[in-house]
Amino acid sequence: MAAVLSFLRSQHFRNLEFLVGATLTLVICLAVLFSDQLFPGGADKMDLLARLAPPFRNAAHPLGTDPLGRDVLARVVAGGRISLLVGFVSVAGAVVIGVLMGLISGYYRGICDMVVMRFADVQLALPFILLAITFIAIVGGSLTNTIILLIVSQWVQYARLVRGSVLALREREFIQSARAIGVKDWRIIVQHLLPNLIGSVIVLLTLNVANNILLESSLTFLGLGIDPTIPSWGGMLASGRTYLQVAWWVSVFPGLAILLTVLGLNLLGDWLRDSLDPTGRTSR
Amino acid sequence: MAGFLLKRLIQAVFVMIVVTLVVSIAIRLTGDPALMLTQGAGSITEQDLERIREALGVNRPFLVQYGGFLAGLLRFDFGNSFLGGTPVSRLITDALPATLLLALVSMAISIALSIPLGIRAATARGGVADQAIRILSLVGLSVPNFWLATMLVLLFAITLGWLPPSGMEGPANFILPAVTMGVILTATNVRLVRSAMLETLQSQYVMVARAKGLSEGKVLYKHALRNCAIPLITYFGLQFGGLLGGIVVVERVFNWPGLGTLAFDAVAARDYPVLQGVITVLSLLIVGVNLLVDIAYGLVDPRIRTS
Repeated sequence: MAAVLSFLRSQHFRNLEFLVGATLTLVICLAVLFSDQLFPGGADKMDLLARLAPPFRNAAHPLGTDPLGRDVLARVVAGGRISLLVGFVSVAGAVVIGVLMGLISGYYRGICDMVVMRFADVQLALPFILLAITFIAIVGGSLTNTIILLIVSQWVQYARLVRGSVLALREREFIQSARAIGVKDWRIIVQHLLPNLIGSVIVLLTLNVANNILLESSLTFLGLGIDPTIPSWGGMLASGRTYLQVAWWVSVFPGLAILLTVLGLNLLGDWLRDSLDPTGRTSR
Repeated sequence: MAGFLLKRLIQAVFVMIVVTLVVSIAIRLTGDPALMLTQGAGSITEQDLERIREALGVNRPFLVQYGGFLAGLLRFDFGNSFLGGTPVSRLITDALPATLLLALVSMAISIALSIPLGIRAATARGGVADQAIRILSLVGLSVPNFWLATMLVLLFAITLGWLPPSGMEGPANFILPAVTMGVILTATNVRLVRSAMLETLQSQYVMVARAKGLSEGKVLYKHALRNCAIPLITYFGLQFGGLLGGIVVVERVFNWPGLGTLAFDAVAARDYPVLQGVITVLSLLIVGVNLLVDIAYGLVDPRIRTS
């Protein structure tokens, strides 16, 4: 018992968290990437003789089947494609735009800085879901629109983060001396500023992928996101709600998939933050 | 102080102008409301359409319409619903209490949970309780709110039959939605309480209180907690926007007759005046609460307003 307690207090526990987070993320990514090989029938194959089959009874459908006799496990794994695709692509877009804007506004200040910061004010005042309802009500829900919406709403975070760091960095000696000896602006930005910010951007990025996966699933659940005929976790949850009384498994497993994916990424992000911030602050 | 007030007020007004402008432009881009209204109806002539446009005022220049919208906003008048012609303001005042009440109960649950848990985590820093609370909070941050809501319905309404699954007939209806939002808010709040307490616990008056021989409970809850109350109230207040966003989603699961349900029904029916009204009122609420929190914080802590 004492050994267990001391283990929980030790650094090894933090490493265990990393291990769990990394394993979850890796296993889920691999399963999703190779979903076609894992389930040759595909997510849409209907087994009409086994509609609403309960889970853990039949090896053919380990997690049961939905009202159309489609395998829940195969659909959950295939649904991960949408979540991971949206999560990673939207964050990649937001990082590129946000970091660029942050660098420019922090380094050059001026008009660009003002515009970026006022944008940030507006976006901080509005919860994502309101922006989403407006945007999707106008342009309609689709995979591309969901990604665009996420990029539009998230890039400001990176711009703010990068701008703040650049403002502090540009006063430091190594930047000042680089400027004094006539190094070109773009070189200062790429070679001296960027490497100093990349750590905090990576932490934010990891947590952001997790958050965007949550946001996409909420949107799709609400009918504002991905086309419901494509298997996705939010879409499965939305259609499973009708059958909650008779078939809990149709609603439980897609949600569990979201939880585990997001938790894995959050564990990784938390661990990254602690390892990059050695002062021992373990709180946000 | 006057300068600080003015600056915050101007910022808030600016945010509202941008929000209303974006929503108005976006809604105008969706197409001709006269065509949408008459969709499916039989013989409609161009004159009929023109009369509808005239009646709705959508044939006037954009800036005139936007000015009209702003003038209406001051009178709390958002026009009439495309469906049935009910004034949007009445639909909103009918739905608003349900949303606000749910927000308050969720906030209360989350404060009641996160303060003791956060204090426990801070006093046991690095210990087992701290780690356990941190992991739990991480799980809470990772769970989709609508799924947690569905799981609570599955367990407490369908399987056990203890609580009603949806609607808003009585106090029992509040439990599941408020617990859903309360638990999810707690996941963030517990971290805020923990870090605020950690800072406070290092201060000298806590040391003095301990040296005087006060009981640990008194030290923590009377001396330390009171001193970090100001930043905590600010954090909690600034979460109001996120909370409303979450409630809008969870309302859907519980068929809660609030602003979220109103908004989604409006999206489905392409009832743009209602959508515009709901979004304006929700953002007004959020911007207003943020402004109040900032002003209150500035009043209590002079360092904020001078910086």
